[in-house]
Amino acid sequence: MASLKEMRNRIKSVEATQKITKAMQMVAAAKLRRAQDGAQNARPYAERMAAVIANLAAGVSGDGAPKLLVGTGRDTKQLVIVATSDRGLAGGFNSSIVRMAREKISGLIAEGKDVKIITIGKKARDQLKRLYGDRFVESYEAGGNPSLSTAQAVGEKIAELFEAGEIDVVHLAFSKFKSVVTQIPTFKQLIPAQVEGGATIDLKGAAYEYEPDAEGILETLLPRNVTTQIFSAMLENNAGFFAAQMAAMDNATRNAGDMIAALKLLANRTRQAQITKELIEIISGAEAL
Amino acid sequence: MAGKLHFSLVSPERELFSGEVDQVDAPGQEGDFGVLPGHAPFMTALREGPVRVTADGRTTTYDVQGGFADVTPEGLTILAEHAVEV
Repeated sequence: MASLKEMRNRIKSVEATQKITKAMQMVAAAKLRRAQDGAQNARPYAERMAAVIANLAAGVSGDGAPKLLVGTGRDTKQLVIVATSDRGLAGGFNSSIVRMAREKISGLIAEGKDVKIITIGKKARDQLKRLYGDRFVESYEAGGNPSLSTAQAVGEKIAELFEAGEIDVVHLAFSKFKSVVTQIPTFKQLIPAQVEGGATIDLKGAAYEYEPDAEGILETLLPRNVTTQIFSAMLENNAGFFAAQMAAMDNATRNAGDMIAALKLLANRTRQAQITKELIEIISGAEAL
Repeated sequence: MAGKLHFSLVSPERELFSGEVDQVDAPGQEGDFGVLPGHAPFMTALREGPVRVTADGRTTTYDVQGGFADVTPEGLTILAEHAVEV
């Protein structure tokens, strides 16, 4: 059995750990609130953008339709964007995104597709590099606060690849922030753009007027939509990350508490056993006299 | 001119303005334009420049860089790549 001294040291070390996890939990909770606000504030833009595209897409059809909307007509070259956080200590948050992405990627490869990968966030890069390092096109860091400039950089890279005919279909893997306790790893198709129906606005019989024209507007709007989708995915990730971290650290704090209680019990028993032993020694020594 | 115009100005980060106004002037790709309540459905790309919002006789100006203006019977929405109040 470990000595009393060793046990006391152990208790002290677990207590120190508990202090750290407790502090991390509180920091995560504070940051979560900010991240949630950020995700909320970005929502109107993404929603309106989707509505505008749905409106436009309804009017544009046939050969004139932009490729970003209707696709290239092939699906052999696929790009998978995997977005995670930069940092860990958030339970299964990052690994659940990566696991989902890995299943998708291996499925696509099994179908004989040419798969390319872009990662956003250090965790996605680190976890996918071993398996699919040769398929990496580019890796970006998510940064402490999601910035539009990162999303724009990714968007530009995608546009460049798309125009060069390097990719046909683009998927984005991220974690949807449903609530503080649930984040759902999700796939979203960026190219060809997914047009959500039912969002069209009733024009009350009037016809839309476009300046310059519908195709021209769509052509500038669609790349921007890709950037917006990436940006909102990063924001959702950020909020989800802090929620997951908060939950993970809450668990860790509780586990440390349980451990301290168990260790204290053991230490007290050992101490009592020692006292009893000493007493027996003294009494039997006195009796022998 | 009956009623007010519902106007909202949103950038990717947040919603800068949302409410009822009298008039909005914006820099369209092919020329500046003004929107009053009851405007016909209209959509245009924006160039860099000021967006002037008039409500109750007061004018607020926003500097907008790139984006779109979308006029529907429900109102005017400006999706700006980048926007700041001046």
